[in-house]
Amino acid sequence: MEKVIHANTFRMKCVKLANKIKGLRKSMRISGRTRRNWFYAYAFLMPWLIGVFLLLIYPLYTSFSFSRSQVRFPPTGLVQFPVGWENYTNIFALDTVFMTGLVSFTLQLIPQMAIIVSFALIISMLLNGRIKARGLFRAVFFLPVIIATGPVMSELINEGVATVPAVNLSAIANAMDFLPPMVLEPIVGLFTQLIMILWNSGVQILIFLAALQKINPEQYEAAKMDGASGWECFWKITSPALRPMLFLNVIYTVVWLANSDQNPIINMLHIRMIAGVLGPGGMPGGYGHASAMAWVYSIVVLLIIGLCWVVLHERKDKDKPETKRLEQKSYLPKRREIVRKLRKSDMEGIGVDKR
Amino acid sequence: MTRLKLRKLMFGSRERNGLIINVVVYTLLISIGFVYLYPILHMLATSFMRPEDILDSGVRWIPSTLHFSNYRSAVMVMDYWNSLWKNLQVALFPTILQIITTSMAGYAFARYDFPLKKLWLGVLLFSFVIPPQITMIPTYVLYSDLNLIGGIWAFIVPSLLGQGFQSAIFILIFYNFHRQVPRSLIEAAEIDGAGHVSSFFRISMPLAVPALVVTTLFSFVWYWNDVFWVNLFLGPGNTRHTGLTTILLELQRFQTSFGAAVSTVAGGPPDPNNEALRMAGTMVAILPLIVMYLILQRQFVQSVDKAGITGE
Repeated sequence: MEKVIHANTFRMKCVKLANKIKGLRKSMRISGRTRRNWFYAYAFLMPWLIGVFLLLIYPLYTSFSFSRSQVRFPPTGLVQFPVGWENYTNIFALDTVFMTGLVSFTLQLIPQMAIIVSFALIISMLLNGRIKARGLFRAVFFLPVIIATGPVMSELINEGVATVPAVNLSAIANAMDFLPPMVLEPIVGLFTQLIMILWNSGVQILIFLAALQKINPEQYEAAKMDGASGWECFWKITSPALRPMLFLNVIYTVVWLANSDQNPIINMLHIRMIAGVLGPGGMPGGYGHASAMAWVYSIVVLLIIGLCWVVLHERKDKDKPETKRLEQKSYLPKRREIVRKLRKSDMEGIGVDKR
Repeated sequence: MTRLKLRKLMFGSRERNGLIINVVVYTLLISIGFVYLYPILHMLATSFMRPEDILDSGVRWIPSTLHFSNYRSAVMVMDYWNSLWKNLQVALFPTILQIITTSMAGYAFARYDFPLKKLWLGVLLFSFVIPPQITMIPTYVLYSDLNLIGGIWAFIVPSLLGQGFQSAIFILIFYNFHRQVPRSLIEAAEIDGAGHVSSFFRISMPLAVPALVVTTLFSFVWYWNDVFWVNLFLGPGNTRHTGLTTILLELQRFQTSFGAAVSTVAGGPPDPNNEALRMAGTMVAILPLIVMYLILQRQFVQSVDKAGITGE
């Protein structure tokens, strides 16, 4: 008995495999139309693809090979001497300026991002209410996007107008005296540039606002009829609508801040690159070392982005099991039943015809 | 009854906001708006001041006389009209080319299914996320090998190849936008004999005008404001100079170019650290964009809505 079953399943397997191969062959046969579509797709994509290879993948590869060698410039051109991971070990062992810069950058980036995104959220909710002159306010909050750039910002920071006039800096510094200076300094720096940080939130405000305006106002009215408070409305209606935008804004803000001109690390990279083997302050320099710095910096930025992704995506996953359970419990059996009924009626119909 | 009315007035009803909410909201908005504009207002006020006004602590907002000579010297130091013209070239040509290539790439992603599509979309997202610093050095070496450094071609080549400033965002915007074009429309055009290229130009692009406006505006502004690549290709420490410059680069050089310019002026040389002068320089640097913003304000502000970033 057992043997028979075994043979049976084996035959079934063979048939299945054969069918699979048939299907594969069928799918391998591609119509001329699809092939033409592929051709045009790649034709439209071609400039970008060339760019990807020439200006993205090739520089990435070269940058990595630079970072593992010492680059020198004899009169004939550029020569690389492979040195293994020395540039990377130098960064951690010798380059104290870069390391402290990187740590304070990381310590500043996350609170800056949080400030920008939450500020954008508050402003967009204020603007979304029934107010007059919404266009004017929107224009004001968006204006810095147009003008906020490196040299302008640094002039304004030099001028001392980058901070909110009413904030007393020394009081804040004194109040948080218990913190170690490595943590304290970035926080004080945050306050000295508060306006400049807020100036980065124009695009985020518009993104939030666009999402808010897509919510149907009847939803709020229905909720209020059912006796929901404003707080409940926010959590049950507004926040689900904003969550995908929150994710978008967080990523956008991190990338924007990481690549912005005011970022001290970027200037440092540029200076070290030109500097030659010994940079300012006796710190190592040159193309090789600067490439290694760029890689370390990029990995830190990617880690921060990955962290944001993990934190903001977990919540989405939490919703999923629930919906799945719902589907399995109520929806699917019903569907199966319907299908069974349909089949039955079909069979009967066929039977009638045959007769 | 009156109490009820008063309550309605203060706390609002379903149709209207109450007085208290209104007061709170407007106070918040106006004060935050002021804080927002504070640096610009300060800059504007200071730029008209004479040196005596800056030292005088009694004068904070309103200068005793409107002192236009700050602007005159700032324009001279920055070689303003020349830089403006050059800056226009640096911003305009890459913008046009970038829009063409990114719209094509976005269209390809939106309309066709082709092998390796997922991979290329992944590469696109990746190119948005990685900091440009990582490719900065090899790109610099590559361009100096090709002898592009210092000229306009250093900006044209990447934008022509869809790797210009923030290109990934523009491709994503176009991708999103072209995806919303109903497929039946394109199929109908195909039946009427439109080829792939002509359906791109005559159906998809005309429907994507809002996206086109957004991307053009942002691309122009970002190219105009860019300092990172401009500094790398045109800035100090380069071996090759063609005289190409931008206004922001000139603003960065303000202190150094001041000495050279002042020595040619008759009369007592003003102090290069003169706040008013620096503010006038900054003001002049952002003025073209502010004018543009005032004219196109509506397009800018409504753009994010229209670009479909938030999804439909």
